[in-house]
Amino acid sequence: MPGLKDVKDKITGVKKTAQITKAMNMVASAKLRGAQDKMESFRPYAEKFAGTMSELSAGMEDANLPLMEIRDVKTVEIVIVTSDRGLCGSFNSNIVKVVEKLVKQYESEGKTVSIVTVGKKGAQAFKKSGKLRKSYDDIMGTFQIFNAREISQDITETFLIGESDQVDIVYGKFHSVAVQKPEREQLLPIKPVENDAESAQEQNGATGSYIYEPDPNEIMEVLLPLYLNVQVYHAMLEVGASEHAARMTAMDNATNACKDMIDELTQLYNKARQAAVTGELMDIVGGAAALKG
Amino acid sequence: MAQIHLEVVTPTGPVISDDVDIVTAPGVGGEFGVLANHAPFLSTIKTGTLSFTKDKQVKYLMVSGGFSEVSNNKITFLVESAEFGKDIDVNRAMLAKERAEKRLAQAQQAAEKINRVRAEAALQRAMARLKAAEKARS
Repeated sequence: MPGLKDVKDKITGVKKTAQITKAMNMVASAKLRGAQDKMESFRPYAEKFAGTMSELSAGMEDANLPLMEIRDVKTVEIVIVTSDRGLCGSFNSNIVKVVEKLVKQYESEGKTVSIVTVGKKGAQAFKKSGKLRKSYDDIMGTFQIFNAREISQDITETFLIGESDQVDIVYGKFHSVAVQKPEREQLLPIKPVENDAESAQEQNGATGSYIYEPDPNEIMEVLLPLYLNVQVYHAMLEVGASEHAARMTAMDNATNACKDMIDELTQLYNKARQAAVTGELMDIVGGAAALKG
Repeated sequence: MAQIHLEVVTPTGPVISDDVDIVTAPGVGGEFGVLANHAPFLSTIKTGTLSFTKDKQVKYLMVSGGFSEVSNNKITFLVESAEFGKDIDVNRAMLAKERAEKRLAQAQQAAEKINRVRAEAALQRAMARLKAAEKARS
């Protein structure tokens, strides 16, 4: 049986841990709100963008745009978006697992894989694999659209000079506060927007067809890199929100575990105290009996 | 005077949504103006100054790359960033301009295409900011 003092120290320790995890939970929930606001303010931009893209591709003839060129895939680049910090449950390791599986799959098809990471956790996971081409660390906390632009410019460059023939992005999609799942999307070559060409044409019919300046193909050429920015930024926003949601859940679990532990330890403490009191009483009674006798 | 609805949307949220008299924007093929009931129109936008008039007052915005769409008496700008001329920090823009110029000079020596393109874009943004700020002041 552990000593009274040992148990008491342990209780104090666990209580302090519970305090920290509880504080982290509250910080995460405040930050989650911020991240969700950020997502919310991005939505009108993204929606409008997608709308115009589908309208444009409806009015566009087949063009050989370099960013849409489908080549024989020899090298695949995977962009991994994770958080910079840990203590958010299995959020990052889930993403890493998905990527590892993907890498294996591509390699079994005889393709070479190179990796670009956004967020420290991904970089840490793939540092030793020898596949890491570039990593963007410490930007997940305060990222802006220009961070996304930097990343998309970089991957576009490698795609255009032929060092990669396909670019995928894997990130933690925010489904709800309780659910975040890794998601894979293809960034390059850009797939033609699956439109409802008909509905776009209907709209055009209602408003009269557009005057394009310059012509649709040239507009598309300007829009595609921007579209890539939108996708990368979107992934970063999703990860931003997911990270905080995951941390909230993880910290809530930790706080609960601490509470259970405190309960158990308190019971143990009381038992030990009881035993000590009983022991002392026995001594006193025994001593008194001896005096009397 | 008939008005047209102007909307400027950036990834960080809408910047303005208002009925205005006339909008002038830096299109890739040159500056263009849009009045009420303009025909449906789609154009790419380069980094520069967007201006609009409302109640005889002209306001200036710095915008960087994107596009604009006119339909149903509504003009929407989707740009990566937009700032009101009066909100622009001139000192910061000046510093950014100097920085970009320096980088541009370095990049030209090293003949690095990517860096040059980036530095040029940064320089353009800084200059557009300064111009918008200057116009807003005068």
